[in-house]
Amino acid sequence: MTVEPKLYQVDTFAVGNRLLDPAQRSEQARADRSNAITSGHRACQGCGEVLGARYVLDAAMRATGGNMVAANATGCLEVFSTPYPETSWQLPWLHSLFGNAPAVASGMAAALRAQGRSDTRVVAQAGDGGTVDIGFGCLSGMFERNDDVLFVCYDNEGYMNTGVQRSGATPPAARTANTKALGPEPGNAFGQGKFVPLIAMAHEIPYVATATVADLRDLEAKVETAMGMSGARYLHVLVPCPLGWGSASEDTIKVARLARETGIFPVFEAERGRITAVSKIRRWQPVEEYLRIQRRYAHLFGEPRRDDIVARIQAQADHNIDRFGLLDDDPGYEQDQE
Amino acid sequence: MEKPFAITLDVGSSKANKTGSWRTERPVYVDLLPPCSNACPAGEDVRSWLYDAEEGGAGYERAWRTIMEDNPFPAIMGRVCYHPCETACNRGQLDEAVGINSVERFLGDEALREGWSVSVDAPSTGKKVLVVGAGPSGLSAAYHLARRGHAVTILEAGPMAGGMMRFGIPAYRLPREVLDAEVQRILDLGVRLELDAKVTDLDATMAEGGYDAAFLSVGAQVGRRAYIPAGSAAHVLDAVSMLHGLAEGERPLLGRRVAVYGGGNTALDAARTARRLGASEAVVVYRRTRDRMPAHESEVREAEDEGVLFRWLTTIKQVEGGAMTVERMELDDTGFPQPTGEVDELAADSLVLALGQDTDLSLLDAMPDVAVDDGVVQVDGTLMTGRPGVFAGGDMVPGERSVTVGVGHGRHAAEQIDAWLAGRAPRVPADRAVAPYDGLNTWYFADAPRTHRPTLETVRRQSTFDEVVQGLDEDNALYEARRCMSCGTCFQCDNCFGVCPDNAVLKIGRPGEPYLIDLDYCKGCGLCASECPSGAIAMEPEEI
Repeated sequence: MTVEPKLYQVDTFAVGNRLLDPAQRSEQARADRSNAITSGHRACQGCGEVLGARYVLDAAMRATGGNMVAANATGCLEVFSTPYPETSWQLPWLHSLFGNAPAVASGMAAALRAQGRSDTRVVAQAGDGGTVDIGFGCLSGMFERNDDVLFVCYDNEGYMNTGVQRSGATPPAARTANTKALGPEPGNAFGQGKFVPLIAMAHEIPYVATATVADLRDLEAKVETAMGMSGARYLHVLVPCPLGWGSASEDTIKVARLARETGIFPVFEAERGRITAVSKIRRWQPVEEYLRIQRRYAHLFGEPRRDDIVARIQAQADHNIDRFGLLDDDPGYEQDQE
Repeated sequence: MEKPFAITLDVGSSKANKTGSWRTERPVYVDLLPPCSNACPAGEDVRSWLYDAEEGGAGYERAWRTIMEDNPFPAIMGRVCYHPCETACNRGQLDEAVGINSVERFLGDEALREGWSVSVDAPSTGKKVLVVGAGPSGLSAAYHLARRGHAVTILEAGPMAGGMMRFGIPAYRLPREVLDAEVQRILDLGVRLELDAKVTDLDATMAEGGYDAAFLSVGAQVGRRAYIPAGSAAHVLDAVSMLHGLAEGERPLLGRRVAVYGGGNTALDAARTARRLGASEAVVVYRRTRDRMPAHESEVREAEDEGVLFRWLTTIKQVEGGAMTVERMELDDTGFPQPTGEVDELAADSLVLALGQDTDLSLLDAMPDVAVDDGVVQVDGTLMTGRPGVFAGGDMVPGERSVTVGVGHGRHAAEQIDAWLAGRAPRVPADRAVAPYDGLNTWYFADAPRTHRPTLETVRRQSTFDEVVQGLDEDNALYEARRCMSCGTCFQCDNCFGVCPDNAVLKIGRPGEPYLIDLDYCKGCGLCASECPSGAIAMEPEEI
């Protein structure tokens, strides 16, 4: 997003900008944002997930005028926000089981429709465990029935709340509690796992998008777009986890930014199975810049260095850059090359 | 209260959980000294006036008034200052330094167009201060003293005010109407200016006028001569007199081929002036190399554009009518030029010496308590000479010589004189840490290459004294101001407010205090500090 015609110093990179018209500032810049998840929650210092959840829900609250409900799978986001009897949620919020948030959300939408209240919108949210592994069957069902739900996955690439175990979203070579940094192929195996946004696209649902907590304006725009549509919509947000990734708490946004700038995590949006836009890399960096600041990859830079593994990860990032057209003016995401 | 099935407790808010107790470090908003201000000899608060200018419209006048707190010559500065601020600018490490000087000029010109003026708001102190010399330093001192309520008289030996701004800097760098307008604004504050009033005995003048303090700023106007054997037909003159004469309307006879001896800004001014006066060839002869020239790079470049030639590593041995004998030099290991014995002939109708300037200090002859060393007056940290109440600044005291340094001395001395007259201890500026480039998060600044000021086409620069460097228009000036990264201080981008995972940054919007950290909930993660574009948040350890 660029504002014309004059340069506004921080343009739309920063959260706000005193030189911009208030309507052009982000939701997070507003003193009256809804703070859907409020202070006092027990998320770790520098938690990316709570930040992502507030960004998404505040934007959704703005888009729906506050007329919305949320279903939430078990996971970090639920555990740190609702130790009985306290809650951090400042919107109607329902805790489902670990694996059935998409089904519960479908039910909520059906119930609202039955009551003639389809103007009340439904958002469901889960971590990557609840989305790509345990809740996947329910999610696919919600997609194929085109239920009127925005499903948001906060992807921190593992089961962090239970002690950092591997999920289907854990990247190769990353150390987790059950993919130890041992042996000739340390960390998580190459050739496993899945990228659910592409699977969601295969359902040809109205809207699929990826985003990170490092690009607030992009994330908010995607939530607004999603809330302006009906039917099944899927938003996949990369949310670094200082605990599980072994990154410094102040680096959460930096790590997410590097994930995008290296091509490790492609940021795009798609409608009905076709990619419609990608976020271009602004300042390209080699993957090592991303890997080095996370202790889950420390074994790649110890004695001996595993440059062979770094090269394999670099090859994956290069593949993403090529496949999604992440650099320069290259339009060539693969759907357009049919 | 009747509770639903299986519910035994009322719903509570997580706000009961004061997560601030987790914290080992707390974010603190800081206000560091930006490198531009740190480098400014006139002590301008550059970041503040750029901040005002960034708004455009009404912000321009506020920006101009901020400059005027420190420097009464924005339009002049925006033309003649060698802008050490830009050399120091952190943005230079990202793409190119912010064009601070061009924005200053735009604001200065805007003030002249709009007729903005300043007033004396302090009550009269009843004190009389004498300023000797109406150059940049003296005028600056007079301005600041007048605004503090003192009655100021300037005694100027020459026929016009401006000093080196008029008699040293050619009109193609500083149009006279700009100079006149900014000088007049100072006189409009009630400063008395007497021209053709050379002070020969300071004690006598002070006693006669009943002055309580004096600021001396007589400058350095005596061209330094070097002994060069010259034939009777040789035409040798010094650059200072030549430029001075020109400012008074004389047209020096230089001939077709002119050689200028020296490597400072004055040498280049003389050579560029010679081109404009009709010399087909103007050669600057300098005994060292280009990178060792004291002249400013932009002047060298502009001179080259205008066809001024250079003879590096060359000294002049002898001058005859129409030709000079020159010797090639070589730099030794210490970088000092040593003669090689190889001589050559250089055709030149006249030779202009620009070998530095000395000060005429005859007014101090009767004041043995004012120490003079190496041709310049010795002063303490408050710019006071050995005589209590007599201060000095500008080119007549040790240090770098430039308009901006002079203006800075004038302001500094005015503050000290004000304190001295009131019997107060001189103000000691607080030591502030300089905002480092590493402290910035430059990701957030829009990609914005610098806007350069257009220059006059070369043909007109070789024949006329029209101003060479043009100003920015409003759009460009605004764009340029907005390239400022606000190093080391908050500019209200809301990043801290937005990126806090704990909603522990409160947006209160009080002037000077836009945000507050809610220490009840701040866990000390450091995201706000790390994502602050301008490095205005520091993490400080908690006492545990």
